Amino acid sequence: MSLLELRNLTRRFDDFVAVDDISLTIVKGEFFTLLGPSGCGKTTLLRMIAGFDTPDSGQILLDGNDITQLAPEKRPIHTVFQSYALFPHMTVAQNIAFPLQMARVAPAEITGRVSRAIEEVRLSAFAQRYPHELSGGQKQRVALARGLINRPRLLLLDEPLGALDAKLREDLQRELINLQKEVGITFIFVTHSQDEALALSQRVAVMNKGRVEQLDEPSIIYSRPASRFVADFIGKINLLDAQVTQLTEASMKLQVASLGMITLPAIKGVAMGDRGVIAIRPEQISVRNTTEPLETIYSFAGKVLDFLYVGDVTTYVIELTNGARMEALLANATPGVARFFEVGDTVTVTWPEAAVQFMKD
Amino acid sequence: MQRRNMMKWLISLPPMLFLLVFFAAPSLIMIVTSFRYPGEFSGLAPLSASDIVSGAPSDLYGLTLETYQFFFSDTLYAEIFLKSFAVATASTLICLLLAYPLALLIARSDKRHRNLMILLVILPFASNFLIRIYAWMIILGPESALNHAVNSLLALMGLPPVMLLFSPFAVLVGMVYVHLPFMILPLYTNLEKHDPVLLDAAQDLGANRWQRFWRVTWPQSLPGVFSGTALVFIPVLGMFAVPDILGGTSDILIGNLIKDQFLGTRDWPFGSTLSIMLMLAVIVTAGLAAWLARPRAAASSTST
Ligand SMILES: Nc1ncnc2c1ncn2[C@@H]1O[C@H](COP(=O)(O)OP(=O)(O)OP(=O)(O)O)[C@@H](O)[C@H]1O
Ligand SMILES: [Mg+2]
Repeated sequence: MSLLELRNLTRRFDDFVAVDDISLTIVKGEFFTLLGPSGCGKTTLLRMIAGFDTPDSGQILLDGNDITQLAPEKRPIHTVFQSYALFPHMTVAQNIAFPLQMARVAPAEITGRVSRAIEEVRLSAFAQRYPHELSGGQKQRVALARGLINRPRLLLLDEPLGALDAKLREDLQRELINLQKEVGITFIFVTHSQDEALALSQRVAVMNKGRVEQLDEPSIIYSRPASRFVADFIGKINLLDAQVTQLTEASMKLQVASLGMITLPAIKGVAMGDRGVIAIRPEQISVRNTTEPLETIYSFAGKVLDFLYVGDVTTYVIELTNGARMEALLANATPGVARFFEVGDTVTVTWPEAAVQFMKD
Repeated sequence: MQRRNMMKWLISLPPMLFLLVFFAAPSLIMIVTSFRYPGEFSGLAPLSASDIVSGAPSDLYGLTLETYQFFFSDTLYAEIFLKSFAVATASTLICLLLAYPLALLIARSDKRHRNLMILLVILPFASNFLIRIYAWMIILGPESALNHAVNSLLALMGLPPVMLLFSPFAVLVGMVYVHLPFMILPLYTNLEKHDPVLLDAAQDLGANRWQRFWRVTWPQSLPGVFSGTALVFIPVLGMFAVPDILGGTSDILIGNLIKDQFLGTRDWPFGSTLSIMLMLAVIVTAGLAAWLARPRAAASSTST
């Protein structure tokens, strides 16, 4: 079932390693996302898959065949570029027909397939327009239709929604998921937006400095980040430096900076004295308007320092009595109430044991 | 709004005045001149009888269609027109063939080197045009290494020797040499603006080298091709110095003919007539070209 296999791909620019020994397998029909900060090597990796760049070492296999040295025009892989790269001197219909003409499809067949593709992306009224007469979202859909029309084995999308406004992005994300399901073509999607990656993908590879830090389903990436980098990069999270001070088979005790001792179930690969961080998602923290300590192990007194109201939720910054600062996210589910606490309020902060995760450095 | 319109007028007034004074007015004078009689020694004959100085009754005056009758009565003039158009077409095509790869090369080379290369293209303008043409006289002359090389090669193949200078070939070489930068510059200006990602996109979608050129680069460069063509074709039509210096006696073109009427035969009215006919021919050609190159939305290579 594996469609594309990357084996130990490395690409250097002079001394700089842009892609560092990446190996991964992409399954036929999946929506796969490469997620990472700017400059982590996403585009470089994509260019090697498309054939515009050759790795210094490693192999690229498509359906089991080595395509590492194959010219881009000979690969059944198409790309949707961030700038769309629509041909300015061709109409929408001509742009979409281009890949079929290159593949020497009979003109009569091209006409039919192009008009069907144009209908699919709801651009029938724009078939004879030129790219400069289209909006960003429309250009995006032309680029998609053009990339898909000759049914490539793999469609690469390099930040295709980057230039669009938030509302349009959301609409197009939904369209993209539906389109991908409909056509059944494997997508490799590149983005530096974690929301987008989590919303769209079946699997996400989080990249950092040319390496894959974690490859998993979105829910696992979010709830069980494998490293401090992933935890920090994906969503908001409270990170507190910690060190293992006691270790038994079942549990470990951690000395957490400005928080004190906490106990967690033991995890594999952790040794006495290991340093790392504990991570707690802001939405898993509850804040109560009381000064009485509760019975759970994880309950701390603190004071509201600041809050940020963004409509659906409000984020509170709370300073615990031992000095740690934590962010807590509360949904504004009560009509007419914009916030539950004021700056300076004394509160109790608690979280369930399962919300805490230790990651060693 | 009112103010802005006023500004527009004020800004465009000087160039409009310039065109009026130095183009429209002379053209009108030329048109009137073409309907008059030549003067006895040069210039023009008077418009009315009362202005005749010498008083001889045979003296001509007033307006006439004679020069036009003369133009159409001899096929020689049509032949020279045709020959001039042929030379202009050939020069333009050769310029395009030479300039396109060079312009492409410059446009696709490192940004840091582009300006230097363009400077080299226009550097010949720094030396006098006539001197450069005379230089070609030496390069193509009977004692030149080039002439010797060509003739020994011909001798090897058992062919009689040729004279490079004073031939249509020399005229063509001179024309192409002089006008090449006027083709390179507009092409470069156009090609330099092409987005390289479009070539990547075309390649990604299955286009090989040729297809990328003909389907992506060439169609986008057409405006540059058109302006380069206009900048070469029209000046070549009017050029007289190159055929004068490098051509033989039978290689005269319209430019020489017109120049002769003013500086040689001193027949200003006929010179004006020839100029007007040339202008008309250019306008008709340009109109035809524009009509041939008109955007055809429905008839283009693909449609749904
Ligand atoms: N042709 C090149 N020459 C030298 N360095 C390069 C080249 N292409 C990329 N790099 C470097 O490689 C690194 C990775 O670049 P890449 O374009 O793959 O990043 P990216 O993850 O796509 O970033 P972004 O999200 O900003 O697009 C960058 O630091 C970049 O400077
Ligand atoms: Mg990139």
